[in-house]
Amino acid sequence: MADFLQLLISGLATGAIYALAAIGFTLLWQTSQTINFAQGEFVMVPAFLALIAMRWLGLPFVASLVVAVLASMLLLGVAFRYVVVGPLIRRGVLPLVISTIALGILLKEGVKDFYSAEAQSFPTLLPDTLITVAGVSVSLAQLGVLVVAFAVIGGLQWFLAGTRTGRQMQATAQNPTVAQILGVPIERMILYTFLINAVLAAMASILISPIYLAKFSNGETLGLIAFVAAIVGGFNQVRGAIVGGLLIGVLDNLAAAYVSTAYRQAIPLLLLVLVILFRPQGLLGRREERAV
Amino acid sequence: MSAGRSLLVGLALVAVLALVPVDLTDIGLPYPGLRRYGTYILTLWLVTAIAAMGVNLIVGYAGQETLAQAAFVGIGAYLTAIVTKAGVPFGVAFAASALVTFVVGVLLGFPALRVQKHYLAFVTLAFTVLCWLVFRNEQWLTGGVMGIRDIERPSFLGWPLRNHVRFYWFVLGITSILTFVLWWILRSPWGRAFTALRENPLRAESLGIDVRLYTLVAFALGCAYGGMAGSLYAPLVEFIDPSPFALGPSLLFMLMVVIGGSGTFLGPFVGAGIAVLLPEWLRAWETWYLLIYAVLVMVMMAFFPGGIVGLLSRLLARRGTATGGRP
Repeated sequence: MADFLQLLISGLATGAIYALAAIGFTLLWQTSQTINFAQGEFVMVPAFLALIAMRWLGLPFVASLVVAVLASMLLLGVAFRYVVVGPLIRRGVLPLVISTIALGILLKEGVKDFYSAEAQSFPTLLPDTLITVAGVSVSLAQLGVLVVAFAVIGGLQWFLAGTRTGRQMQATAQNPTVAQILGVPIERMILYTFLINAVLAAMASILISPIYLAKFSNGETLGLIAFVAAIVGGFNQVRGAIVGGLLIGVLDNLAAAYVSTAYRQAIPLLLLVLVILFRPQGLLGRREERAV
Repeated sequence: MSAGRSLLVGLALVAVLALVPVDLTDIGLPYPGLRRYGTYILTLWLVTAIAAMGVNLIVGYAGQETLAQAAFVGIGAYLTAIVTKAGVPFGVAFAASALVTFVVGVLLGFPALRVQKHYLAFVTLAFTVLCWLVFRNEQWLTGGVMGIRDIERPSFLGWPLRNHVRFYWFVLGITSILTFVLWWILRSPWGRAFTALRENPLRAESLGIDVRLYTLVAFALGCAYGGMAGSLYAPLVEFIDPSPFALGPSLLFMLMVVIGGSGTFLGPFVGAGIAVLLPEWLRAWETWYLLIYAVLVMVMMAFFPGGIVGLLSRLLARRGTATGGRP
């Protein structure tokens, strides 16, 4: 039982990180019909931005994290919006899908060629000390991940539901034409979505890199998990992405312990197949409400 | 171009391609032919083009996204390697590869196409990773990361194909037949339905075209082209391991078709040519070619989404109607 609880907690910790990536993916899809196939690489890159700030600029760890988040907003937010998505947004979904696939390859190979092909260790915010309560040992780092990830998710939910800008963003996602008629500056709202996605990806990157090490090829698995989490939860729901992410994190950890490590990666994929067969709108999703 | 003329041009192209690796100095022409490696690259181009034709059918004509072509090539390659090693003739293995990948395509496409447009992309993505895991983990069957070595090249009507030029001719023959079949399908009423689908799906449906069925068959057929390409790939390389059938190569299949020109008949050949030759030309830069390739794709998507063939035919059309006409 203690083992199970331990696995559950570490599963929730990684699951919360997956949820961050999946929420960003869902938000981009909702507001700008951008299926970002480079989402996994978006989670891989910020850790390297932090490493660059530390090694090449000699900044302390926390300052490098701030630099990484800001640089991510600029590169994965603003530049992605205007350089990659901008020219394609009116061409329909397929060219954008192709372009983001290419962007993913570009980021992956770029990190491999310009930084390193080796896995890099990445410092944790909190030390790895174990705390044991009633036979269940949890590391402080894991608790830190849980707290930070849930704080980010909570903050985002509050922003989307509780602020004027957040509600304008939701209006843009639901019906851009009507939102525009009602005076919502939809261009700016779309840019905000891209910025939020960049911040979520950067947070996920900072949290996951101490666990999995920072490596150029991490994006493949992370991207796949983000897509699966978004679909399993319900493609058009932020709440769905949270549930999907947590579910995959927990299942992944339990499967690695009780089933087999060789097929650990297959678990989210089987979950995806089951959901598409039996509940295609996702666990929390409603049928697609968008007209176009 | 009329049907008869297209066929003649096609046959002439096949004849020229058949002569490319041959040393012509014996009959007085100053052309030394290709060496062993050149012939190998040329054969690899044909095999890649078969799989790319399948992707083009799915992406360019049926308007779906597939990220699993390398997995289907892998299924064909492993099936052929395992079965021929057990003594089954190559012809049977080839037919089985086509059939199995077609059936898997139907099983995969049916649930995904029931839902909504982009789900097929994610389902095929997941399928690629699953296949790769099976290829890597099931050592008793696939040899795991060590792969399967010493795959024999078959003989054709008692004529051994061990020689690289003969094997090239064999692959060229199969490629020509498969190209002809696809051309014929696209010209048939069945293929015309695709044009209708692409131009106006709502109208096509109101005219009685079963959109879902047509899309599903196109997807499965595209997968079968992947399987047949794989069946030729195994004896061409004579060694297979999981790496060429992973997610990365599946993505590259999609990109090469788009670079060549998706929805154009010759696009897959151009795209496959670039995908096979670019790494050879840029060998000195090692992995840099992927960076260049990725940037090329992004620029093309932004400025000429019709791909290279689309761009060329637009230039030709502009020259043809230089005086007036639509801009």
